[in-house]
Amino acid sequence: MKRREFITLPAKSVGGLLLYTLAGEPVVKAQNGDVRIPLRSFTAAEARVVEAACSRIFPSDDSGPGAKEAGVVIFIDRQLAGPYGRDKYRYTKPPFVESTPEHGYQGQKNPREVYREGIAQLGNFADLTPAEQDQKLRAIEKTTFFAMLRRHTIEGMFSDPMYGGNAGLIGWQLIGFPGPLMSYRDEIDKAHGQPWRRKPQSLAQITGRNVKGWEEEAD
Amino acid sequence: MQQLKPVNVVIAGGGFVGLTMAKEITQRTSLSVVAIERGHPRKTADYAAGMDELDYALRFRMMQNLAEETATHRHSLKASAVPIRQYGSFNPGTGTGGAAEHWGAICYRYYPEVFTLAAYFREKYGNAHLPENSCVQDWGVTYDQLEPYYWRAEQLLGVVGKAGNLNGKPVDGGNVFEGTRSHEYPLPPHKMPYIANAFEKAVRELGYHPYPVPTATLSQNYTNPDGVSRPACQYCGFCTRYGCMIGAKAQPTNTLMPVLAKQKAFSLRTGCSVRRIVHKDGKAVGLTYIDANGVETLQPADVVIVASWTLNNARLLMLSKIGEAYDPATGKGTIGRNLSHQVSQSTRVFSDQPLNSFMGAGGLGIGISDFDGKEGIDKYPGVFRGGNIRMMTAGEGAIAGFGIIPPGEAKSDWGSEWKKAALAWHDRAANISTEAEHIAYRQNYVDLDPTYTDKFGDPLARLTLDWTDHERAQGAMVAKLQAQIAKVMNVRTGGATRLVEKYTTTQYQSTHINGGAIMGSSPDTSVVNPWLQHWQVPNLWVMGGSNFPQNASGNPTLTILALVLRASDGLIDRYLKHPGALA
Repeated sequence: MKRREFITLPAKSVGGLLLYTLAGEPVVKAQNGDVRIPLRSFTAAEARVVEAACSRIFPSDDSGPGAKEAGVVIFIDRQLAGPYGRDKYRYTKPPFVESTPEHGYQGQKNPREVYREGIAQLGNFADLTPAEQDQKLRAIEKTTFFAMLRRHTIEGMFSDPMYGGNAGLIGWQLIGFPGPLMSYRDEIDKAHGQPWRRKPQSLAQITGRNVKGWEEEAD
Repeated sequence: MQQLKPVNVVIAGGGFVGLTMAKEITQRTSLSVVAIERGHPRKTADYAAGMDELDYALRFRMMQNLAEETATHRHSLKASAVPIRQYGSFNPGTGTGGAAEHWGAICYRYYPEVFTLAAYFREKYGNAHLPENSCVQDWGVTYDQLEPYYWRAEQLLGVVGKAGNLNGKPVDGGNVFEGTRSHEYPLPPHKMPYIANAFEKAVRELGYHPYPVPTATLSQNYTNPDGVSRPACQYCGFCTRYGCMIGAKAQPTNTLMPVLAKQKAFSLRTGCSVRRIVHKDGKAVGLTYIDANGVETLQPADVVIVASWTLNNARLLMLSKIGEAYDPATGKGTIGRNLSHQVSQSTRVFSDQPLNSFMGAGGLGIGISDFDGKEGIDKYPGVFRGGNIRMMTAGEGAIAGFGIIPPGEAKSDWGSEWKKAALAWHDRAANISTEAEHIAYRQNYVDLDPTYTDKFGDPLARLTLDWTDHERAQGAMVAKLQAQIAKVMNVRTGGATRLVEKYTTTQYQSTHINGGAIMGSSPDTSVVNPWLQHWQVPNLWVMGGSNFPQNASGNPTLTILALVLRASDGLIDRYLKHPGALA
C-alpha cells in the first residue's frame, strides 16, 4: 500500500481554512497552528513545487491573497487524483500524431503524467528565490504543463470550495463573485454600472446540502 | 443477439428531435414508440445543485464522453485527420434531452430566402460569380410552408421576443428584416442588463434596428398548448452548458417529458447505444443497440426515426450502409455532403463600469440583423451572406471571466502585474459577437475515419472542413462593424477574435455544426425529402441539424423543431394512412 503523503500548511496563511474530503465532508477547520493535509496524487515534495509555482502565477501580494491562501495546490492534487487527472473524459486511443495547433493537445500523457514530468523538470524550484522561480517558469511558458498549471491555478482560485481550492471563499471575495445565487430577477436591470456585491456563499451554503462534485470517488 | 418484440416506431436518440417526434406520435395516434438514448436519464431535479462552473462548464458534465466517442478533423482532402481529443469548437450532448438540455436557448427563425438560397443566388449573382466550389442547395421547403410550424415550435417552448414583421408590417423594436409572422411571440421580451442597453443605444444611434434576441428562456410564467407550465427565468447565469434548475429554459426534460411521462405507449431506454439501422430490401427493419448491460439488442419496428446528433446521423447511415457515400472528387453520392458550421467572430469590449456579468441567461441580449442574410452586404465585395451582431449577457462564471484584460495592460499572462490588471479589469469585459451564415462547399463533408474508432470499434466520423476566402471576408466585414459599434459605445476594445483564418477544433464557436444527411428536392443531391423521409427507404426518417443543406446565421434549434413538427404531420397525417414515399 502506498505510503500516505501530506502537505503541511500554516493555518493562518489559509484564511479560515475549511477543507473537504472527496466525499464532501469538512475534515479540518483550523484557525491556528499547522494543518497536515493528506495528498491524493502528489508526493510531499511535488506538492511543494506545485504550491511554489502556483504562488508565482497567482502571487500573494499587495493586490490581495493568492494561490497559497486559496489552497490551490490542494485543488490540483484532488483534480489529478480524480477522473479528470486520469483522462476519463478525453479521447485517448492511438495513434498519437502531432498535428497543427488548431488540433490542440494530441499527446498520450494524461494530466497526472504531464504534471509528474513537468514537476521533475522544475527540480529544486521550491528552494529558489522568487526571481529565480519566475525565470524558470518563463522558460517553460510554452509547454503543455505550464498551460495546465496556469489554467488549474485560476480554477483553484475561483471554483467552488468543495473541490479543495478557493478556501474560505477567498477567491470569490477577491473578485466580488457572489457564488451561485439562485435569483437576480430584481437586480438584472438595476444596479446599472454599479457593482452589485454580496458576501459570497458556496454551493453547499446556498443549497443547504452536502454537494459533491461529479463522480468524486471515495478516498 | 437479443431480439425484442416489434414496436410501431423506434427512434435513435432521446434529444429534442426524437422526443418531439415521440410526443407528437403518442399524442395523436395509438402507436407504440420507443426512443433509444445512449446517455443517462435526466430530470429537472438533477440540476438543483448544478450551479457549479468547474463540473458543468469546464469539465463538460452534460456532454458526450469523448473518451468513448469523438470525431476526427482534417483541413483538406490531402491532410490526414486527427481526433478531436478534448472539447473545443462544438459540444454534442448526451443523456435525456441531449444538447437541448445545455443549450443557450436562442430561438431565431431563418430568413425566407435561406430555404431557397440556390435559386436566390442564381437570380442575384448567376452561378459563375459564386465563391469557388460552393454548392449551395435549396431545402425543398419554403419559409411560408414552415411558418405555421415555426409558430407551433414557438408555442411549445414559450419563445420570448418581439415580432419585427407581423403579417407583412414592419414593427419597430423587433427584427424588421425577418420573414412575416402570423403571430406575436408567445411571451414579451426580457428586462435587459446594463451592457445590452448600452449596445442597443449605440446601434440605434448608428441607424440600425436592434431587437431583443428571441429566446426559449421564459420572461414570465408560461403554460404551453400541451398544458406544461414553467416558471420565469431568474437570470442566475448558470445557463448555457447547464441544465436549468427551475425549468425556465425550455429543455426536453421540462417541456416534452412531462407529456411523454403520461403516455403508456412510450418508453425511453437510456444507457443504450444505437449501432446500426437494420434494413432489408429497401425497408428499415429496426435498430440494433448495445443495452445498458452490454447486451446487443435488435428492436424491430415498422418505422425507424434517426434523431441522433448531427454528425451521428450521417455516421449511422454510413455505418449501416444505407445510400451512397458522398465523393468530393466527383460530387456524387449524398451521405456526408454539405457539412457546414458557422462563421463566429467577436470583438471584446471593456466597460469603465462593473457589469455584474455573473447575472444573465443564455438567450439574454440585444441583436441587430442589418448585416444578416442578404441585408447590407452589397458594400462588402466578396461577401454573399452576412450574420447577426449581438451583445449577449449569458452569465459569466468566476473562472471563465477571470483574467480578461485589455491588450497592453500586462506583459505576461501570469504573475503580479497580470494579477493586478486582472483584478482591476474584472467584471468589465463583454463581447460583441456574430454568427454568420456558412455556405456549403464541395470540399466540406463527413465520412468515416479510416484509423480511429469508438469504444465499440466502429469508425469515427471524419470531418473535412476549413474556411475559405468567403468566410474570411465575412469575418472581416463583421469585425469592422463590431469595431464601429464599440466606438459609438465609447468603450475600449480588445480587438477581434480571428476564428476564421483556419478551422480550429480548440476554440468554442457554436454547437451549430450541420449537414451530412441533408434534405432537398432531389434524391441525387440529398438524403431525405422535404418531409425528412429517406428517399430510398420510405419507412426511415432522418432528422436534425444534419438536414441543413448549408448553415444560416443564428441558432438552429427552432428551425430544426419546425422541420420536425412538419415531418410529424407528414408521418402521422399522410404516411401512416398510405405508407410509401411522400410526394
